[in-house]
Amino acid sequence: MTAEQVSKTFRLPHERTHTLKERVLHPRRRSGTEQFQALQDVSFEVASGEFFGIVGRNGSGKSTLLKCLAGIYGVDSGEIRVAGRLSPFIELGVGFNPDLTARENVVINAVMLGLSPVEARRRFDEVLAFAELEEFVDLKLKNYSSGMHVRLAFAVMVQVEAEVLLIDEVLAVGDLAFQQKCYDEFERMQAEGRTILFVTHAMSLVERFCHRAMLLERGKLVSVGEPHEVAQLYNEVNFGRGQKALAAAVGEGAPVEVADVWFEGADGGRTETMVQGADARLLVEIRANVDLDDPIVTLELKNEADIRMFSTNTSWLDRPIGRLRAGERARFSVNLSLSLAPGRYTPIATVQRQAGGTRETLDRTANFPALLIEGGERVGGGLVDLPHEVEFERLGAAQETTPR
Amino acid sequence: MSAQAAPNELVVVRGPSALGGAGDVRRFFHLTWLLATTEFKLRFFGSALGYVWQLARPLMLFGVLYAVFTQIVKFGSEGVPHYPLYLLIGIVLFTSFGEATAGSVQAVVLRENLVRKIQFPRMVIPLAVVLTAGFNLMLNMVVVFVFVLASGIGPQWTWLEVPLILVPLVVFSTGVAMLLSALYVRYRDIGPIWDVLLQMLFYGTPIFYAVSNIPDNLRKIVLLNPLASIIEQMRHAIIGDGVPNAVDAVGSTARLLIPIAIVIVVVALGFWVFNREAPRVAEDL
Repeated sequence: MTAEQVSKTFRLPHERTHTLKERVLHPRRRSGTEQFQALQDVSFEVASGEFFGIVGRNGSGKSTLLKCLAGIYGVDSGEIRVAGRLSPFIELGVGFNPDLTARENVVINAVMLGLSPVEARRRFDEVLAFAELEEFVDLKLKNYSSGMHVRLAFAVMVQVEAEVLLIDEVLAVGDLAFQQKCYDEFERMQAEGRTILFVTHAMSLVERFCHRAMLLERGKLVSVGEPHEVAQLYNEVNFGRGQKALAAAVGEGAPVEVADVWFEGADGGRTETMVQGADARLLVEIRANVDLDDPIVTLELKNEADIRMFSTNTSWLDRPIGRLRAGERARFSVNLSLSLAPGRYTPIATVQRQAGGTRETLDRTANFPALLIEGGERVGGGLVDLPHEVEFERLGAAQETTPR
Repeated sequence: MSAQAAPNELVVVRGPSALGGAGDVRRFFHLTWLLATTEFKLRFFGSALGYVWQLARPLMLFGVLYAVFTQIVKFGSEGVPHYPLYLLIGIVLFTSFGEATAGSVQAVVLRENLVRKIQFPRMVIPLAVVLTAGFNLMLNMVVVFVFVLASGIGPQWTWLEVPLILVPLVVFSTGVAMLLSALYVRYRDIGPIWDVLLQMLFYGTPIFYAVSNIPDNLRKIVLLNPLASIIEQMRHAIIGDGVPNAVDAVGSTARLLIPIAIVIVVVALGFWVFNREAPRVAEDL
């Protein structure tokens, strides 16, 4: 697949002449339209059998690009060429109707995705087996949970024999076991030599599956290359939100770097899996490349929903850090008991410097391995299992009610 | 996009279009059929009485008009043999046209989730609406024939014309459906405008009044309406010689060319407009 200098402009009318009356009353007045360039001269190539990730912030043109590739939008200039059968869809579960049963929906969806109705019915059992929804075949889709919905949709997609698949943000839902199944399926497709382009915000997926990845920012291609590097750049763009951070991430001259972030259990050993409620230690190692006065190191934990569950920093220390010499390394550690709900937690470490009234970010990274918290013997129900004690007292029979 | 290219041969991805490429022909039919049958199924099984409602609408209208024009005002039905059948055929055909066209107005917009998410020939959408209306028409025609037999008219050779007469009706509906569904994306007032036009057409078409009861000078104009010719010919085919055929009603074979020309122009215009709008429909929604 090749894309050459693909551009796409949307007309964004200020006041859309949506009614004939306006059109008739003001035939000459061109409605003021603003040109929005969703894609500007994007060129890239994807080799056959490649797993290609497309990342970028919201509104950076990822989905537009995918729609152009799929032929849903026409391009304004440039050309897209594809060898082989291209999947015509970009999202899972297109055409699902909540009032129909799973059986009917699978057939509809499969035909939408390019199978013939006969073929769709023939593969029906495989689809259901994959989705593990055999018992709910004749249930109307509106009674499905969102997770079941996605499972069904993913299962249909797997059956479609497109040589080039385009996927826009999947796998957001579904329980852990099914996610694992999807990953396995991805690996299988990868091994089969299918070409897959997928858009995602999950850098861990990019690094895990993609052979190469591409970063888009404001409709322009920023970088194509190694998944790890692209993921790192993405995090910089996303969190740094400025050219300064972008430049610092690419260039060598970062004054200080986060060298490592890891977790230690009660035994002091490095680990990526812990039990809820266990005593743990979170550590950040930084390396100064230049002399640096009083850096502020912040450590955050974000859960899968990207919610910051915990954050602390070195300004809580008893005494200031003072000056770090060029080449000096330092370690920031946090001791706590992990009262967070079971799940995956991504550590994000930031090094900042006090610059006037604000803090200037020198380095920020979310690229270190996540921590998996598993349920202990007593699993707290909430996002955070606050330290607590429970009591229960019998108060005797209430006076108004007659005793049973 | 499913063009049968040899492996490793790069094929240019074209944007969306009304009809899709040559390789899409099968998919085009599958999708149209699927959308139409699904819609039909939903209406059939979606409510407790299902098909009864599909039938109830034309029959209620029939009941009301029949009562009004045979008991209260009699000018429309005077001298018309088999007036109930005459009325019913008109209502069933017009209802089908109304269902296909009014249903197509919002069709593309209502299918937004498909249009914006998958690449498929856009023409599928209005065609599916017409096809669904076609299914209903078939069932309603069965009811018409039940009435016909009940009123003592035996089978006739002219009944064989019935499917042929339905062809121009479906073609005309399709033309209007393409036009309306494409225009509605840009001009939302097509909705109310078509409501009013449809109402006007209902009164302007000889449905509850007989062609023979129209004053001569008006008759020539009224019968230029393609629906009038189609309905009149259908009555002639089903009821028999008591009703003039389209040619006699219009006046001459030459004059019949005008409604035919109107159908052709509407279809061509609808196709042209839809074809022109199709590539940008996903963005303009």
